[in-house]
Amino acid sequence: MFYREAGEFKASYKADQAILPIRQDRWFIWAILAVAFLVIPAVSSDYWLGTIMLPFLILALAAIGLNVLTGYAGQLSLGTGGFMATGAFAAYKLATMFPGMHILLVLLFSGTITAGVGILFGIPSLRIKGFYLAVATLASQFFLIWMFNKFGWFTNYSSSGVISAPPMTAIGDVLVTGAHATVTAKYLFALSIVTLLALITKNLVRSNIGREWMAVRDMDIAAEIIGIKMLPTKLKAFAYSSFLCGIAGALWAFVHTGSVEPLAFDVNRSFQILFMIIIGGLGSIMGAFLGSAFIVLLPIFLSNAPHWFGLDIPVDLISHIEAMVFGALIIFFLIVEPHGLARLWQITKEKLRLWPFPY
Amino acid sequence: MYERKFGEVILDLKGISLSFGAMRVLNNISFNVRKGEIRSIIGPNGAGKSSMLNVINGVYHPQEGEITFRGEVRKEMKVHEAAGFGIARTFQNIALFKGMSTLDNIMTGRNLKMKSNMFWQAIYWGKAQKEEIEHRKKVEEIIDFLEIQAIRKTPVGRLPYGMQKRVELGRALAAEPEILLLDEPMAGMNVEEKEDMSRFVLDINDEFGTTIVLIEHDMGVVMDISDRVVVLDYGRQLADGTPDVVRNNQDVIDAYLGVPH
Ligand SMILES: Nc1ncnc2c1ncn2[C@@H]1O[C@H](COP(=O)(O)OP(=O)(O)O)[C@@H](O)[C@H]1O
Ligand SMILES: [Mg+2]
Repeated sequence: MFYREAGEFKASYKADQAILPIRQDRWFIWAILAVAFLVIPAVSSDYWLGTIMLPFLILALAAIGLNVLTGYAGQLSLGTGGFMATGAFAAYKLATMFPGMHILLVLLFSGTITAGVGILFGIPSLRIKGFYLAVATLASQFFLIWMFNKFGWFTNYSSSGVISAPPMTAIGDVLVTGAHATVTAKYLFALSIVTLLALITKNLVRSNIGREWMAVRDMDIAAEIIGIKMLPTKLKAFAYSSFLCGIAGALWAFVHTGSVEPLAFDVNRSFQILFMIIIGGLGSIMGAFLGSAFIVLLPIFLSNAPHWFGLDIPVDLISHIEAMVFGALIIFFLIVEPHGLARLWQITKEKLRLWPFPY
Repeated sequence: MYERKFGEVILDLKGISLSFGAMRVLNNISFNVRKGEIRSIIGPNGAGKSSMLNVINGVYHPQEGEITFRGEVRKEMKVHEAAGFGIARTFQNIALFKGMSTLDNIMTGRNLKMKSNMFWQAIYWGKAQKEEIEHRKKVEEIIDFLEIQAIRKTPVGRLPYGMQKRVELGRALAAEPEILLLDEPMAGMNVEEKEDMSRFVLDINDEFGTTIVLIEHDMGVVMDISDRVVVLDYGRQLADGTPDVVRNNQDVIDAYLGVPH
């Protein structure tokens, strides 16, 4: 009985409504945060921070965004890439039009602009559901990418269609974008933003709006009968989801890659994020992180694992294997465990609570 | 039994007719509901009982007839407006939010009473947190009342049928409704569960003064706890009155009660 919630009685509803009512869970999260903020930057190579941790964090943020819409509010979307692109290009336009603007404001406004675009493309959700909504969001994905390619205004008429982030500072003169920013600074900056937004999202989903989203997801007619209005509730989900995806896109372009073309946010990106929340767990913030870690790490694992065993597998075969593993896992999770890795984690905890007794 | 006294008519239905295409589901139905009573609707399967509840809370819009609620004639009402007018209901086929816990299901029933906006909820502090705690207290009262403390954190999809029915009642109660529409709350239950449910219905009516419109097949229960009963038969209204009057009505005996099924 290492892990227990029985025997911990809450003295107040306030304590019971805390994000993590169980003491071990709180320690666990504090430990993770300490490792993320202190240990990882101290011990990791630039390669690890730059090519693994940064994309992991930023894609996890996009996955949280999609999870709000699909996992919590039940609205299937294939437009995540398009919303990330919107955030990236909005950030680029803001940063170049108003060179003095602080990067936090750039992120906030580009998220807000993306939220507006999300609301626009969310309007059909009142009429259509499921598969048809997915197709409609797919159309918005193609439309947005086409638009950023087509109109030179979005790239300030760069001939290659690529946008490059200007150098920007976060606190004091610490650069977090551009060629002279250190990887550690970029990592800590992205980590802070993602942690903050994950916390805010957690607060929303445990509040009234989160319950309304889940009610719409689980049984829309019953939700309506208890007084929940469909349109505003769904549009709030589209808005907030796009807000997060927009910030993720802006971080990707500015902090991670530094320069980006619309193709980085094509439909493959949308599917990648969708796979993350399916594997990580629909309707779980932790699941978004688990799914992102999984999808970022799996290709690295697959390309290195053969060497550990002295095997020599050609690169193209590895990418085929990767696709097959993803396919199999997605089918597994869809059929067997729709709540993904997050749920498996929870089951493990339940087992630990009873351990060593089987019941 | 002591004499029960009722208030004014709060819901008056006049000449309600409802069709789906060529099929007439309700045909010129008229009855009223008085404040504080337990009003039952009975009739065989397909009689139009559930459709009647759907007309009352705005899910179906009758082609003919007039609905007066609290003295106001109601035109087309949108589905989400019913809750705001103080009408809550449970469903014949349970319509809970399956992925959410008992607690969250019942908390959701209070959504209209929550006023803090998304910004406050995002920081979960000040107004929003105070509100969550306040409503949590109310919800805990309901949980105590329905004796479902042990399942408060269980996802409702994992609960047995009888418990789900109770949680659904809890969600409806959470809105503190003026009228509670119950669509076969005891269907599929064993005797003991039925007794519990009857007791809850009576206590809700008694303690909170909630007016109740009840659809139920178990004649024993209906005749026992109802103040007045309206009988439907394939869209027609056969009888309306106290349990005694209905029980002795020849049409009802012929068409429904007398015939074994
Ligand atoms: N939305 C609908 N569309 C078409 N027919 C319906 C609909 N709702 C109910 N009906 C029909 O109306 C009749 C009465 O149904 P219902 O009100 O559910 O009866 P009861 O609850 O008394 O068993 C049935 O024949 C049913 O098929
Ligand atoms: Mg029915």
